[in-house]
Amino acid sequence: MAEKQFKVTADTGIHARPATLLVQTASKFDSEINLEYKGKKVNLKSIMGVMSLGIGQGADISISAEGSDSEEALRSLDELLKKEGLAE
Amino acid sequence: MTFLQGIAASNGIAIAKAYRLVEPNLTFETQTIEDTASEVSRFREAIAKSKAELEAIRDRAKVDLGADKAAIFEAHLLVLTDPELNGPIEDKIQSDKVNAEAALKDTADMFVTMFEQMDNEYMKERAADIRDVTKRVLSHLLGVQLVNPSMIAEEVIIVAEDLTPSDTAQLNRQYVLGFTTDIGGRTSHSAIMARSMEIPAVVGTKTATEEINNGDLVIVDGLKGEVHINPTPELVEEYRNIHQQFEAQKSEWAKLVNEKTVSADDHHVELAANIGTPNDLKGVIENGGEGVGLYRTEFLYMGRDQLPTEEEQFEAYKAVLEGMKDKPVVVRTLDIGGDKELPYLQLPKELNPFLGFRAIRLCLEEQDIFRTQLRALLRASTYGSLKIMFPMIATLDEFREAKAILEDERQKLIAAGQKVSDSIELGIMVEIPSTAILADQFAKEVDFFSIGTNDLIQYTMAADRMNQRVSYLYQPYSPSILRLVKMVIDAAHAEGKWAGMCGEMAGDETAIPLLLGLGLDEFSMSATSILKARSQIKKLRKADMEKLANQVLNMQTTDQVIEAVNAATK
Repeated sequence: MAEKQFKVTADTGIHARPATLLVQTASKFDSEINLEYKGKKVNLKSIMGVMSLGIGQGADISISAEGSDSEEALRSLDELLKKEGLAE
Repeated sequence: MTFLQGIAASNGIAIAKAYRLVEPNLTFETQTIEDTASEVSRFREAIAKSKAELEAIRDRAKVDLGADKAAIFEAHLLVLTDPELNGPIEDKIQSDKVNAEAALKDTADMFVTMFEQMDNEYMKERAADIRDVTKRVLSHLLGVQLVNPSMIAEEVIIVAEDLTPSDTAQLNRQYVLGFTTDIGGRTSHSAIMARSMEIPAVVGTKTATEEINNGDLVIVDGLKGEVHINPTPELVEEYRNIHQQFEAQKSEWAKLVNEKTVSADDHHVELAANIGTPNDLKGVIENGGEGVGLYRTEFLYMGRDQLPTEEEQFEAYKAVLEGMKDKPVVVRTLDIGGDKELPYLQLPKELNPFLGFRAIRLCLEEQDIFRTQLRALLRASTYGSLKIMFPMIATLDEFREAKAILEDERQKLIAAGQKVSDSIELGIMVEIPSTAILADQFAKEVDFFSIGTNDLIQYTMAADRMNQRVSYLYQPYSPSILRLVKMVIDAAHAEGKWAGMCGEMAGDETAIPLLLGLGLDEFSMSATSILKARSQIKKLRKADMEKLANQVLNMQTTDQVIEAVNAATK
């Protein structure tokens, strides 16, 4: 299993477009990918799951992936978060 | 073949297949299912069809509206394929042995409730996304077609109960050849839109949505107010001829496009156009408009889910002013309320919306909205000849208050180094009888009047113009209305000001001789009526029309007036 922590820097937090991008990217992989925030874990391929967390600016989040392409999935998500200036 | 009689709302003939803009019935019953495996695959099939449909809509929206507006469909697609939504639905079909419709509705409702209860506005709006997506999947389960006006890709005639501003905003003008609706009259929104889009329309047919099926061949006769459903080939041929004659008449009028509007005895009046968006300018210029007499700014606020920004408004106003190249442009400040609602303002429902919290009344209360618009207008003022007009003014106090707010914003902008034109004329719509009666006092303080006859008639006659049963009271030629019009024009002239008219009456063949005689300075109408009006005025002598106007002011009934006009002008 691959796992990584991030701090959200986007001033709107993770909804709207950022959430869409994250879910779209996660959905490309076979691995099971989860997003954890404040002890709540949701499926990162679920837009409603991601948005229901209500992640705001400054939040500490963790993304984990398990499966054949877990390393690659995490790398893509990491790139996306940084490229879009969403988290670091 | 069937025939419907309605109200001719916009000139011309259209012949095309019908497209029903009518929401399908999405009701269903909960059923017990034995073969749950095939029910699950029926559900997956509906998801797949919905996905294909949404992808097509998204791609279309990207091209037509830009990636920004298409983003909402990306979000819908994700909701549609969300494993946390679809998983529980499939589980429910299997464990509860219910039909897919019921499992979908129950599960989606749960999520809708969850999102609606969040204390974040953005999250609450997501509930609407889930509802939209659910409707689409449900339509495929039930085998009915949702309406997707943005997806129309062939020439059609739109058939609807009524058309709202957001419906018309979604229509692709290239493919919509005509409208027909069940309800409405000459001054309802759908009629006004049809005229500004320059497409034929027949409204108020009462039964168009009952009688017309998708794909029926329909003739919309916007000259006589007739709709023919699945006509005989002979009738289609006949209408093609009428269409050609109408086009020939139009090209005859088109020769007047660059001429000034002068009467036979050389009196000049200005023929201007009513517009709703910068897109309408093309029609104004092609039809030889001498100005814009009414720019209805509320379309900037409609068909969206939040207020337009100052920048968006500035760009629209600038586009219109530049497009008219120094010809006068009268911009009416926000006239919302009455039959025009903005869902996102969440205004309480009123018992009498036409007599309620609307137009300037709302703007003076919700000053943030008003000030944003005024700033955008002031900033745009250097790009052309801007005139600002306040709607629904009932008292001088209201005018003074609105003017003070405008001056306040002007001073702030100038202090911030912004250039603002110092020759902006400031006027009012005269549409409330109290203002017409007191016009002599108003004339001392305003720069101009524009008579809004649609509302002036409804308020003078105390007859709701949306109510068909009292539509006989919509009497523009009534001597009572003509006397009010005269009072306003005379009051303006006594103070050296000008008076215009921007209601339907200004472009009306029977009213034009009278208005010319009463001394109206500016006639603002649908762009498509301008050339016809110019050709009519060229044949009239103002001196004769003054005599006619004086006669009819002392008549008793509307019929007498119509008869007198016909006798004097035939």
